[in-house]
Amino acid sequence: MFLASRNFCCRGIQLRTDLLSRSIKHSTSATMPFRHKNTRRIEGLDSNVWVEFTKVAADPSIVNLGQGLPDISPPSYVKEELAKVAAVDRLNQYTRGFGHPSLVKALSQVYEKVCGRKIDPLTDILVTVGAYGSLFSTIQALIEEGDEVIIIEPFYDCYEPMVKMAGAKPVFIPLRCINDGNSASSADWVLDPAELANKFNSKTKAIILNTPHNPIGKVFTLEELQVIADLCIKHDTLCISDEVYEWLVYKGNKHIKIATLPGMWERTVTIGSAGKTYSVTGWKLGWSIGPEHLIKHLQVVHQNTLYTCPTPLQEALAQAFWVDYKRMDHPDCYFYSLSRELESKRDRMAQLLKGAGLKPVIPDGGYFMIVDVSTLNVDLSDVDEKQPYDYKFVKWMIASKKLSAIPLSAFCGLETKKQFERYIRFCFIKKDSTLDAAEVILKNWNKQTG
Amino acid sequence: MLRRAGPSLRHFLLERNSSAGHSSYSREAKMSRPVQARRLEGIDKNIWVEFVKLAATYSKVNLGQGFPDFPAPDFLREALTRTLSGGNHMLHQYTRAFGHPPLVKVLAQFFEKLLGRDLDPMTNVMVTVGAYQALFCCFQALVDEGDEVIIIEPFFDCYEPMVKMAGGTPVFVPLRPNPPKDGKLMSSADWQLDPAELASKFSERTKAIVLNSPNNPLGKVFSRGELELIAELCVKHDVLCISDEVYEWLVFDGKQHTRIASLQGMWERTVIIGSAGKTFSATGWKVGWVVGPDRLLQHLRTVHQNSVYHCATIAQEAVAQGFQRELMLYGKPESYFVQLPKELQQKRDWLVQSLDGVGMKPIIPEGTYFLVADISPFKSDVPDDPNSDEPYDSRFAKWMVKNKGLAAIPLSAFYSEAHKNNYTNFIRFCFAKEEATLKAASDILQKWKQEKTSS
Repeated sequence: MFLASRNFCCRGIQLRTDLLSRSIKHSTSATMPFRHKNTRRIEGLDSNVWVEFTKVAADPSIVNLGQGLPDISPPSYVKEELAKVAAVDRLNQYTRGFGHPSLVKALSQVYEKVCGRKIDPLTDILVTVGAYGSLFSTIQALIEEGDEVIIIEPFYDCYEPMVKMAGAKPVFIPLRCINDGNSASSADWVLDPAELANKFNSKTKAIILNTPHNPIGKVFTLEELQVIADLCIKHDTLCISDEVYEWLVYKGNKHIKIATLPGMWERTVTIGSAGKTYSVTGWKLGWSIGPEHLIKHLQVVHQNTLYTCPTPLQEALAQAFWVDYKRMDHPDCYFYSLSRELESKRDRMAQLLKGAGLKPVIPDGGYFMIVDVSTLNVDLSDVDEKQPYDYKFVKWMIASKKLSAIPLSAFCGLETKKQFERYIRFCFIKKDSTLDAAEVILKNWNKQTG
Repeated sequence: MLRRAGPSLRHFLLERNSSAGHSSYSREAKMSRPVQARRLEGIDKNIWVEFVKLAATYSKVNLGQGFPDFPAPDFLREALTRTLSGGNHMLHQYTRAFGHPPLVKVLAQFFEKLLGRDLDPMTNVMVTVGAYQALFCCFQALVDEGDEVIIIEPFFDCYEPMVKMAGGTPVFVPLRPNPPKDGKLMSSADWQLDPAELASKFSERTKAIVLNSPNNPLGKVFSRGELELIAELCVKHDVLCISDEVYEWLVFDGKQHTRIASLQGMWERTVIIGSAGKTFSATGWKVGWVVGPDRLLQHLRTVHQNSVYHCATIAQEAVAQGFQRELMLYGKPESYFVQLPKELQQKRDWLVQSLDGVGMKPIIPEGTYFLVADISPFKSDVPDDPNSDEPYDSRFAKWMVKNKGLAAIPLSAFYSEAHKNNYTNFIRFCFAKEEATLKAASDILQKWKQEKTSS
């Protein structure tokens, strides 16, 4: 049904000339020609990898390591704060549009500590509906027709349609594997500095950076960030820094905020997420932090799109932040304890995959792991679809192995899809029983292949 | 308004050492353009930012911004508590992007009854972050550059900037007051569209008309006849209808809220917008929805999936439970949809009396929890200022909150720039307030009147 409506939408342009040639007088019938198609800004943006794959994986018999959502419980104090808030009357009504006062205050304190600079809670912060909402507000506020926006591949899939919806042109640059395709770690994937420099020109309005990176799990080093920063400064370009996985960084790695590099605060909007910080993706709260002269434009977008975010969730989040702010120098802080918990899940996941003959790329951060499946030599040439190999592989794996993942080509621009179609992405922020179930499937993998 | 640029980034680089060999050409090109996108032009001002701040600073009694100061109903708060203590921690994770299944299911069931037609919860309903985001999705999905959108004045202020942000051209048509001859207080029903004037606003470029019934700020509940007039024009000109019905349950004196989508030829061209905030007196939850034909909603889904994608799961779960309760109690006296308008009607009558008693002439609203009053008898306190650009009622409202501690919103806030000075003697009060609040407002007004008569 969804497929049919998508076709209707895309053929709309051809149909239009037929419809216009008829004059519309009085009509009450549903067969009357209907001239109302989608607006230009959303042309071609209707399909979405998640709509396709979350439906398939919703079957409870499938071990779901696809979509990035935790099946572990959020920390109990976070849930308790929300329960407490539910009892307070005035918290059921509108709060301040740009962010609930106690939340922006808490955010400013936490990030002042991290960034080592003063952050004004009222002018330097905007609370949004998830980091997704922050990306949207930032792009709508600062990007328009005529602009180019550099996107590093593979990329979190919404960057491209959001840039297009703003009327701008995405310019892609791939991370390239240094070991001749033999990648064992996310650190093997790097940008070619000369190639990157070539992507910048007078039309380049912004570059979108995602560190720690989804899907590869790369944590950009100081040197790598400096290369990007130098180019931003040289070309007077903005940086949209998606740092939702900022706390999920594993041993031997450090998350560095590009906004803290010289010359970068004034041109960077840094995005964070409650969903990823506290394992509460369903709270849909995120934030943009940056200099007033940029954030004020995001605030204008916000006041003309949804105006306020839910009050009770913001209050509960603020309280949770105070708990962890007070112990930010202590290993018990959830920001660090979650990371430790995930590191052992990461290691377990990697072992299971290796045991099945797969080649995982061990991530330095985030909670995703990409895996080269070409080593399995699963022949899907008889599958009659025009889809890339990884799409076919994942669908086959869901159907025959009852295990789901996400195809990596969903995270690439058109020209790079071929490069990445041997990879699929697994999410490992899953409880032990889920990983146990995955283990069973992976251990039995070779027994059933045929 | 001049396209006033935000400072270009270059200004902030003057003190910095930049890398050698930069292209001065690229800097020139950047410098000449403001950092923000053109779509923000003319939409940066917002009345609420200013008036909410004033109310927070000065008001002792806040009848300004539209939110209840009484609690949300117990059953809703219990639904939230139940959900949280239920032990299903997956409710803290993403749900279905276009709407949490239990919520879209019960909304479909509800609206099937109200519209008398079958609805598919997956394709005829979508959940949004408040009705505000529903409006945004409508304009972004359906209004292109060059499209005209008819807006009836006075209007909820966000319609105009949202149309502009979508590149559309707002075309305004006013409700005109026809005061009753017998000197009685006006009703919101006395504010009407002139049919010929309305018809003249439709052109080949008209993409949509925004209807808000019950209407904020006047409280007008469009009659069936008035809606039929609008419907005929929509069908004749093949125009869409964005129907903001957030106050659909707040209708007084036994009046009926008629849904324009139920009129002939209208279902296929109408998007109906609703709000849990207004329905359940919980504005801070920001749960709204759209109901409409798939061929329109599919485009709203595209905007939604590229802007916020998901709405908060827990809030949706609790609202779903609230609706399930109302579905069972539909039409019965214990139904919140029966009780709330009854309570609000009493509050309306109370405020009407208070205002009338001091000489402010309220326009009796047929619905919503707002009423507009003529402040002419009190004008002498705030002299005219020929040097001021600001509409009189705005200056009056600011003076009133600062000097009398009573917050209200000037009616000019709900008019386009060109028409802000058409009705400068009216201010809007919100009466979704506890008795104590309304009494305190009455005390302020009484005292004020006494000061005037004794001076």
